[in-house]
Amino acid sequence: MSERDTIIVDTAARIFRDLCDPQTLNNAKDDSWKGPLWDALEESGLTLTWVSDEVGGAGAGLFDGFDVLRVAGSYAVPVPLSETLLAGWLLEKAGITCPAGPMTIAPQRAKDRIEIDANGRLSGTAKQIPYAGETAHIAIVAHKGDQAHVALVAAADCRIEAGRTIALDRQGAVDFTGVQPLRCEPVPISADDLQMMGAAARSTMIAGALETAMNISVQYAQERKAFGRNIGGFQAVQHNLSRLACEAAAATAASGSANEAIANGDGLGGDAMLLEIASAKIRCGEAAGQGAAIAHQAHGAIGFTQEHVLHRFTQRLWAWRDEFGSEAVWAVRLGNAMARNGADALWPLLASR
Amino acid sequence: MTASVLQFDPIRLPPECDVLRGEVRAFIEEEIAAGTFDPMDKSEGDRFNRPFAKRVAAKGWIGMTWPKKYGGQERSFLERYVMTEEFRAVSAPTGSFFTADRQSGPTIMKYGQEEVKNEILPAIIAGDCTFCIGMSEPGSGSDLFGATTRATKTDGGYMINGTKIWTSGAHQADYMIGLFRTAPPTKENRREGLTQFVVNMKTPGIAINPVINMVGRHEFNEVVFEDAFVADKYVMGTPGQAWKQATSELAYERSGPERFLETFYILTELVRVLGAEPDLRGSEGVGRLVAQLHTLRRMSVSVNGMLAEGLEPTLQGSIVKNLGTLWEQALPARARDLAAFVDPDPTNMASFQRVLEFATTIAPKLTIQGGTTEILNGIIARGLGLR
Repeated sequence: MSERDTIIVDTAARIFRDLCDPQTLNNAKDDSWKGPLWDALEESGLTLTWVSDEVGGAGAGLFDGFDVLRVAGSYAVPVPLSETLLAGWLLEKAGITCPAGPMTIAPQRAKDRIEIDANGRLSGTAKQIPYAGETAHIAIVAHKGDQAHVALVAAADCRIEAGRTIALDRQGAVDFTGVQPLRCEPVPISADDLQMMGAAARSTMIAGALETAMNISVQYAQERKAFGRNIGGFQAVQHNLSRLACEAAAATAASGSANEAIANGDGLGGDAMLLEIASAKIRCGEAAGQGAAIAHQAHGAIGFTQEHVLHRFTQRLWAWRDEFGSEAVWAVRLGNAMARNGADALWPLLASR
Repeated sequence: MTASVLQFDPIRLPPECDVLRGEVRAFIEEEIAAGTFDPMDKSEGDRFNRPFAKRVAAKGWIGMTWPKKYGGQERSFLERYVMTEEFRAVSAPTGSFFTADRQSGPTIMKYGQEEVKNEILPAIIAGDCTFCIGMSEPGSGSDLFGATTRATKTDGGYMINGTKIWTSGAHQADYMIGLFRTAPPTKENRREGLTQFVVNMKTPGIAINPVINMVGRHEFNEVVFEDAFVADKYVMGTPGQAWKQATSELAYERSGPERFLETFYILTELVRVLGAEPDLRGSEGVGRLVAQLHTLRRMSVSVNGMLAEGLEPTLQGSIVKNLGTLWEQALPARARDLAAFVDPDPTNMASFQRVLEFATTIAPKLTIQGGTTEILNGIIARGLGLR
C-alpha cells in the first residue's frame, strides 16, 4: 500500500470512523446507522471500486478495492461492501451495468451450481449467501451447459430462506429456480474465479480485523491492572500478545501477497495463482482462529460480554474464515495440486513467487 | 505504534533474480553430479567444504552485495536472497562461508577499521575465510549483556580472559567476532561496557575444546581465552557501545530463508511418499504446510525487500524468525503424522525415514540458536509497546 495512492484508503477510513464506529454500532438499538453508512460509501464511489469507468464505476483498480476491504475488515464493517465489490467485478466481466444499492453474489460454495435452461430461466440453490435478503440484487455465475454466464437477478424474484452468520449478520439459502434474470451474458470466467476472488477478499478482511483485535488487546493489556500492575507487564501476557501480532502479520503478508498476485496477474488460473489464493485463505483462516482466541484470553471476562466491542471482530473472524472455502477445503485442493505436480515441482513453484 | 509491526509489503523478486536463480541451480546440479555433496544426506548443510566455497567464490556469490573496492559485486540484497535460498533448499555445504557472508562481513564493513576491512573482506569474498560468533558464555546465553569475558586495555591492544561457549564452528574458524567486557556495566544501563572485537583464532592464549552435541556431532565448542592479545585495530565501533551496534544486523540475521528452510526437505520427501493421489488427510496436511511455508517465504522476501530499500525492519525480522523456526521445528512431527498410513515398504519410504530421523533430532536447536522463542516474543512485545 505504501507506494500506491492512499486517497481511497483515507476516504474509506474516514467514512468508517464517522459512520461505522464499532462502539457506536455496538450500542445501537436498531439498524438506523446502516442507511447513512451505505449512502456515504456509495456516494464516494467505494462500492464500485472493482468496476472500470466505462461501466459506471470508480475505476480505481483491484489493488485499491483490496485496500478498502482491509480497512473495512479493521472496522468489522457489517454491510455488504465486499459482496457489492465482487458483484461489480462479476457484472463488469459480462458488460452489465451495476444497479444502485448493495448487492450480493452467488454461489460462495464450490459445490453449489446454478443452471440456465433453454428459456433463460434459472434453476438451483446456493447456500450461505452473505447478506441474502438485505440486498435488492444478486450477481451470480450460472451455467448453460459448459458455458458460464453472469446474471443479474432481482432478490425479490428468489425464494430466500433467511438465516444469520455466527456474527449474526444476515445470510441465507437462495433458491433461484424459475427465476428470469434481469440480465444474463456469457463470460470467459468460471464460478471458480468468483471463489478465488471471494477467498482473497475474505482473507484481506480477516487481516484487517486481526489488526484491530491486536490493537485493542494491546491497549487493554496496557490499561487493565491486576496484582498491582498492568497485565501487559506480565511476561505470559506479553508472549501471548506477541503470538497474536505474529498471526496478524502472517495474515497481512499472505493476503497482501494474494492481492498483489491478482492485481498484477493475468487471470486467476494456474498453479501459482492457486498457491497465492489458497495460501491466503488457509493461513488467514488459521490466524483468525488463533488470533481470536488470544484476543479473548487477553481481555478476560469483559471481552466475552455483548457490551465490549471485541466480539464484533472475533465473531466476524470466525464467519469470514468459513466463507468462500474454509482452511480445510482450500488445503485439500492445494495439497492435491502439489501431489499431482510431484515432489520435485514443489520448490520451483514456491521460489517462483 | 503497532501498525508498523504489520508492515509486510508484497515485494516480488526483480527479473535479474531469475537469471541468477538459473545460474545457481545449474551450478548446484554440476556440484551434485560431481559428487561434492549428497542432497539426501541432510547433515551436509552445516558442513565445511572449503573447495566448494572456493568454487562459489569464483562465481562471485560470496559477499556479492559488498563494495567493489573490497572485491564484492555490489549486487542487490534480493539477489543474495535468491542465492541463499537455492543453496539452503538443497542443503548445500555452505558452512565455511555462510556466517561470514551473512553477518560477520557486514558487521566489519559497518564498524571495522579500514585496515581490517582490507585485510579480511577480500579473504571472505575469495572463500578463504571462516567466521564464528562469540556471544554466549557459561553464565550468559540468551542474557547477552551478562557477558563477563574481559578485554583489558594494554599496550597497543587488549588482553582477553574468560570463556565463550556454544560457539559453532570455532574449531574450523579463522576469526571470531566476539563480545567482550571492556568496562563494568553502569548502574543505569547494564548493557554498557561491552565491545565487539575481531579475533584471529590462531592467537596464542586461545584454547578450543569440543562440545559434542546429542547426535554425536562436533559443531559447537568451548573457547577459553587466557591472556589472548588483540590489537587495537580489531576493535569494532565505539568501545563500550556494542549494544547499540547489534540492532540493524539483527534484521539480516533473523529474516533470511535459513530461518524456515532448515527442515524443508522433509516436506518434499513427504509429498514424494504420499504419491500423486494422497488420502484426504495427506492432501489437507500438505496443503496447510505449503500455505504456511509460502506465507513465511513471502514475509521473508518482504523483510529483505525492505532492507534493500534501506529500511530497518528489525521487528518484522524477529517475527519471521519466530514463526519460521517454530514452523521448521514442528514440520518433522507433522510429516511423521501425515505419513503414518503410507505403505512402509516402497523405496521412497526409506529415504523419508532417513531424513525424518535426522530432522527430528536437530529440531530442538532451531528455536534456540540465534535468539530463542522467548527472547523473540519479548522483542515483539516491546515493539507492541508492552515493555
